[in-house]
Amino acid sequence: MAEIVLDGVSKRYPDGTTAVHDINLTIADREFVILVGPSGCGKSTTLNMIAGLEEISSGELRIDGERVNERAPRDRDIAMVFQSYALYPHMTVRENMAFPLTLAKLPKPEVAAKVGHAAQLLDLTALLDRKPANLSGGQRQRVAMGRAIVRDPKAFLMDEPLSNLDAKLRVQMRTSIARLQKRLGTTTVYVTHDQTEAMTLGDRIVIMYSGVVQQVGPPEELYDRPANLFVAGFIGSPSMNLLPAQVRDDGLHTIIGVIPHRSRGLPPEVVAGIRPEAFQDTRIRGGASFTDTVDILESMGAEKIAYFTFETGETGESGGTAFGDGAQVVARLDPKSRAREGEPATLWYDPAAVHIFDPDSGVNLTA
Amino acid sequence: MTAERDLGERRLALWLCAPATLIMIAVTGWPILYSFLLSLRRADLRFPADQEWIGLANYATVLGNPYWWTAFGVTALVTVVSVAIELVLGMLVALVTFRTIVGRGVVRTVVLVPYGIVTVAAAYGWKYAWTPGTGWLAGLLPAGSAPLTEQAPAIAIIILAEVWKTTPFMALLLMTGLALVPEELLRAASMDGANRWQRFTKIVLPLMKPAILVALLFRTLDAFRIFDNIYVLTNGAQHTSSVSIIAYHNLIGGLNLGIGSTMSVLILISVAVIAFVFIRVFGAAAPG
Amino acid sequence: MKLRWGFIDVLVILYALIPVLWIVSLSFKDPSTITDGSLLPTKWTLSNYAGIFRNDDFLRGLVNSIGIGLISTFVAMVFGTMAAYAIARLAFPGKRLLIGFSLLIAMFPQISLVTPLFQIERSLGLFDTWPGLILPYITFALPLTIYTLSAFFKEIPAELERAAKMDGATPFQAFWKVIVPLAVPGMVTTAILAFIFCWNDFLFAISLTSTSAARTAPATISFFTGSSQFEDPTGSIAAAAVVITIPIVIFVLFFQRRIVAGLTAGAVKG
Repeated sequence: MAEIVLDGVSKRYPDGTTAVHDINLTIADREFVILVGPSGCGKSTTLNMIAGLEEISSGELRIDGERVNERAPRDRDIAMVFQSYALYPHMTVRENMAFPLTLAKLPKPEVAAKVGHAAQLLDLTALLDRKPANLSGGQRQRVAMGRAIVRDPKAFLMDEPLSNLDAKLRVQMRTSIARLQKRLGTTTVYVTHDQTEAMTLGDRIVIMYSGVVQQVGPPEELYDRPANLFVAGFIGSPSMNLLPAQVRDDGLHTIIGVIPHRSRGLPPEVVAGIRPEAFQDTRIRGGASFTDTVDILESMGAEKIAYFTFETGETGESGGTAFGDGAQVVARLDPKSRAREGEPATLWYDPAAVHIFDPDSGVNLTA
Repeated sequence: MTAERDLGERRLALWLCAPATLIMIAVTGWPILYSFLLSLRRADLRFPADQEWIGLANYATVLGNPYWWTAFGVTALVTVVSVAIELVLGMLVALVTFRTIVGRGVVRTVVLVPYGIVTVAAAYGWKYAWTPGTGWLAGLLPAGSAPLTEQAPAIAIIILAEVWKTTPFMALLLMTGLALVPEELLRAASMDGANRWQRFTKIVLPLMKPAILVALLFRTLDAFRIFDNIYVLTNGAQHTSSVSIIAYHNLIGGLNLGIGSTMSVLILISVAVIAFVFIRVFGAAAPG
Repeated sequence: MKLRWGFIDVLVILYALIPVLWIVSLSFKDPSTITDGSLLPTKWTLSNYAGIFRNDDFLRGLVNSIGIGLISTFVAMVFGTMAAYAIARLAFPGKRLLIGFSLLIAMFPQISLVTPLFQIERSLGLFDTWPGLILPYITFALPLTIYTLSAFFKEIPAELERAAKMDGATPFQAFWKVIVPLAVPGMVTTAILAFIFCWNDFLFAISLTSTSAARTAPATISFFTGSSQFEDPTGSIAAAAVVITIPIVIFVLFFQRRIVAGLTAGAVKG
């Protein structure tokens, strides 16, 4: 069990590119932290630096208060689960799981006991003598987990461990991983590009974009108070509607009409962000509304997603390809909603739920 | 820290590469240099006392000698003709083995047999096949003809032996290139209305170009140093010497180190020119 | 359609096999029928084989070929594996230079080395000895092993080594316990290719030897003469050619299975 501290950690490559810029992060003992962001944001590089698989260019990495920058991976007592699982194809499940223990020269009976215990925990007992080639994707994933937990390491690092599974299994394994982590109480750093995974798994989420940490916080905080436009657009599905707005005395002028808001202290132009789930088609007392034709309506069963397309001034009449030159607004409605495709609908929202961002810096002015 | 660990990796790499590199340099580098020096000397082992620096005189001797130029012409002819035939045949074999599901394994195995046979052994087979009286192929010719004793037929047989032996290698190289052409691309092309020939010329060939160029480069340089087949089939008689044969005879038969070394250097230069032409003009990329 | 491909298959097989069958047939011909020019023997005999196996020079040549081939292959494999691993996995300056240099040697006209090596080996006392042939064989087998092995190493996912490192392995343990077991099929293939190269060589074998002390089998065959046996050496040469070819053909069949194994090595990706 361990506390991991990244103190001003950066990664620069010899060609001059900076993959990770000045990360400051303290991961508490027993905490489950998610690194999330689009591909190329530096999350995997950060994980590899914690693992010791990549050099730290500057800054300090401490595990339990000790500087470990110079330590080889094997001297950091950290286990890792890889995206491809990286199971050794020439070894059986048992040998794969025993590998770290035999390298540590543990006595044989102890190795057998630990492997047996981990196999039981992950329901792998029946598969111990199989080779990885004869396992399903989900089983391989569990073996990879097993190889990480047998050692009882200070921390787990997981690099997109579920991205090679099909959607259904992914959801299933997600909950198993969460349960396992709670049970073992091992500090875990988990990398993913999937915001749903990030929201459901972590105690805290670290959102990264082009090598820079955008925001750190519990899932609700990131959802409720996104620090900037990037976080706002990244967290939540469907993503937040981000509408360019002119600030006037009566409020914010946007394509969906005027959003009542006090204009004092705001720059002349802002971006207004409204989550799709902030809309509803029943009246809200004191709320604002807009009326427009429903362009596309997707019935998901538990919800309906309505798309509205607004012609933006610049494209004019000639615009309007199938991919839509106009600005789109997405609303997530109750399944009982009476909105119909091709018919007008009136949607209500609470102006207090609108986020306002500075268009230049992207900073959330309302958070 | 970074530098330190990088340094460690570099040091490890250095140690790992050192033995292989040292051997290769010791066995090629020094002899090449030595060969160059010898080529500037009068060095005939039959007259050990009569050795001296003679500048480029050896080069003048070799380049003014019609036998050298005949050998050069024969080498060039054999190289160009056999590589051209191999390319066509190799492509056919590659396509056949690639396309046939039935007996694919058998064909692939059998095709490798010529590659596995010792060149000298195969050369004797060809020699006896064309020897009047002994050979089954000679029997097909008009009575009294002895193809290995005339220049043109002998060269044709040399080319035949060379083509037979090395087509499998060409086919193997081309097969790896063929495997790089995505099946889906060919399906897309046929959906777009391309017929079999168009698919081959417009999709397969362009995508295989790097593989083809590498195969051609390898085989051209290999054919240029042809020795075994000629040694067994004619031993260079009737003006069928290749440059390698003539250099060998100057060394082992004539014991003339100076002239032999001069030929060595000239062959090296020819090979360098061929490689340069392939890489610069055709843009063949070195694999790896 | 299937029939046409089948026909082409048969042509390919005939192309590859008939010249081989001819040598085999010649080797079984009785001396009295050896000049009958028929494709198949009319009178079978084993005397050609009996003859070459009583020939001390040929037996000595076989021993030389096997010994020199195995030693050269082993050394080339050890050094080639080391260099290939460095090329496939490590970043170091001069990597491209090394690749280029080995490519250069792979394409090198061997005759250009024969003259200086002849002279150098004579002065060093290596002429007409095993080491005198082993050294150039290693040199020319090395580019082959380095190329083939580095391709095999590159096929093994780097993530496996990273996993081994995370599991507590030293770089050597990661190489020895994870990479080598997975590279075995590739290493076997490479070793066979290197051995075939050494076994097949003729130019060095006749230039750098003068007696049966180090002369390999292919070179020995070219020195077969009829005079000692009171007859034309055709039958003996054919029999000897078959004998030196058999091990290679067996290797090639084995090698073929390795290629298939290499193609189905999808387990590594799993």
